[in-house]
Amino acid sequence: MTTPPFNLADYIMSLPIILLTLFALGILLIDLVTPKRWKWMNAVTALVGIAFSTGAIVFRSQKALRLSGGSGLLAYSNSMLIDRYALYFWYLFLAAAAISILLSVRYLEIEQENHGEYYALILFSVVGMMCMAAGLDVVLIFIGLELMAISTYVLVGFLRTNRRSNEAALKYLLLGAFSSGIFAYGLSLLYGLTGQTNLIGIAQGLQQRMASGNGHPGPIMVIALLTTATGLLFKIAAVPFHQWAPDAYEGAPTSIAGFMSVAVKAAAWAMLLRIVLIGLGPLRSVYVPLFIFVSIASMTAANLAALTQSNMKRLLAYSSIAHVGYMLLGLVAGTTTQVSVDGIRGILMYLLVYTFMNLGAFGVIASLRQRNVIGDELDDIAGLYYRAPTESVLMLLFLLSLAGIPPLAGFYGKYFIFLSLIETGHYALASLAVIYAVFGLYYYMKIANYIFMREAIDKTRLPLSWGMRAGLGIAAFATVFIGIYPEPFIRTVNWSLGLAQSALVAGLTH
Amino acid sequence: MVPLNYYLLLSGFLFACGVAGFLIKRNIITIFMSIELMLNGVNLSFVAFAAHWHALSGQIFVFFVMVVAAAEAAVGLAIIIAVYRTRETLNVDQVNLLKL
Repeated sequence: MTTPPFNLADYIMSLPIILLTLFALGILLIDLVTPKRWKWMNAVTALVGIAFSTGAIVFRSQKALRLSGGSGLLAYSNSMLIDRYALYFWYLFLAAAAISILLSVRYLEIEQENHGEYYALILFSVVGMMCMAAGLDVVLIFIGLELMAISTYVLVGFLRTNRRSNEAALKYLLLGAFSSGIFAYGLSLLYGLTGQTNLIGIAQGLQQRMASGNGHPGPIMVIALLTTATGLLFKIAAVPFHQWAPDAYEGAPTSIAGFMSVAVKAAAWAMLLRIVLIGLGPLRSVYVPLFIFVSIASMTAANLAALTQSNMKRLLAYSSIAHVGYMLLGLVAGTTTQVSVDGIRGILMYLLVYTFMNLGAFGVIASLRQRNVIGDELDDIAGLYYRAPTESVLMLLFLLSLAGIPPLAGFYGKYFIFLSLIETGHYALASLAVIYAVFGLYYYMKIANYIFMREAIDKTRLPLSWGMRAGLGIAAFATVFIGIYPEPFIRTVNWSLGLAQSALVAGLTH
Repeated sequence: MVPLNYYLLLSGFLFACGVAGFLIKRNIITIFMSIELMLNGVNLSFVAFAAHWHALSGQIFVFFVMVVAAAEAAVGLAIIIAVYRTRETLNVDQVNLLKL
């Protein structure tokens, strides 16, 4: 088989990625000559880069996709599949990065660590995420994963002289590298079983092997599945591979903790769905029990652990693990051979609403950062309502949305997942998930209780910077708007899954 | 010619050594070396499979894994230095500020 050389169309399709890389490199260079007072310009440059990248998606990638009339375009000799699923995630990553940057500017000034590398690293990690979402070849997916992960290791440890930040970076680095190693071993076994690094080739190879083994997977196939899945579950922080998440979130700069909990997680999900649905599709009967176990373990352990937390960042970390548990149920929904489309739709919708509500919650915590107060302990927010009424109301909004209260966006994430479970007859799992969702309300309301019911110790009003206002405003608007008028967003999710035309996009058919 | 199984056993052994080292060792540098050992086990298995299938893509993956390992080492050692500066220790048990 001869491979055609890369042509211009490939570069045009991946223009959003290329532009973002150029801007990141530009920030690194410009930062050298930027005086200390003008460091916020780096944030502006990064935002401009994100705007250009978004423009490139709208006017180049999406247009090329529409003109081709197909559900996806292959680029770089079949290693990249730019389809609507990939574009959906690209938009999501860019939105999350933009809000995180808005929330970061003032925070970094207070920490006195406002270096340009911070924004460059955020852009680099978004480049990695885009490669993960668009990757069809495990080589590209692995490179994207590592580009994202290595950038994030540095970002977590960005407060160099802070002991907690160092420690978080170290733990995240060690466990992240460990999980990447396990993941790579799984990929090597899949390669050994099929002789392919392309996900479609892997799926065909596994299909043949399953057929020749009378539908029974051999031991090597099971080990390959387990190691690959372990790597993937590590990245989305599901129990029992979740230990890094609370530590990394607590020690990381708050703005980065927010970024990690939404963008990095969404990227890991994009990769997981691609690999599991396309590459490991033939092994569905094997991975479903595994995911049921992991999902129940995540919901149970995370909800129990969150009850006793006194640090808000840790609490939100456990809540994010619980959310992963709910989302995994979307993959479980379906028959033994076919995944439920509603489940996948629920996961994508969940990731969308989760991006805004969780970034908002972390943003409020970041806005509490003062010279001497970190602002992430529950005691720090006691009586917050009397010091910062706007932030308090916004926090309540985000917390209610995280708990899944109907008029807010968070409800629709859970709604589709539970719906897909009921449709495919998983009544027990659905009721369990609903019970845990009610459970979650307790610890979210515990935060609200501290904010509204306690007496404030220090009654000075808290200032709110412009970047923070913009970031929180966007997050709050999206949380409310998606909740009240979800239809365009549901349609976008349907569009991304190609439900209007063919369902091949996310590997929903085999 | 050495059969494929021997390579796979060796790669599995290297990988298992890496995992064991990661879980048992307490020194950060040693833990880091264990991760490199795991990645080298992965590399060996990729090369062996590439030879078995007469396909180059496995060998290409190895190059990328090496690049990733180098980048990870660069960032990792920088983080380890930062940890050492604030704590004067390389024992993971004493890096314990963040807890349940």
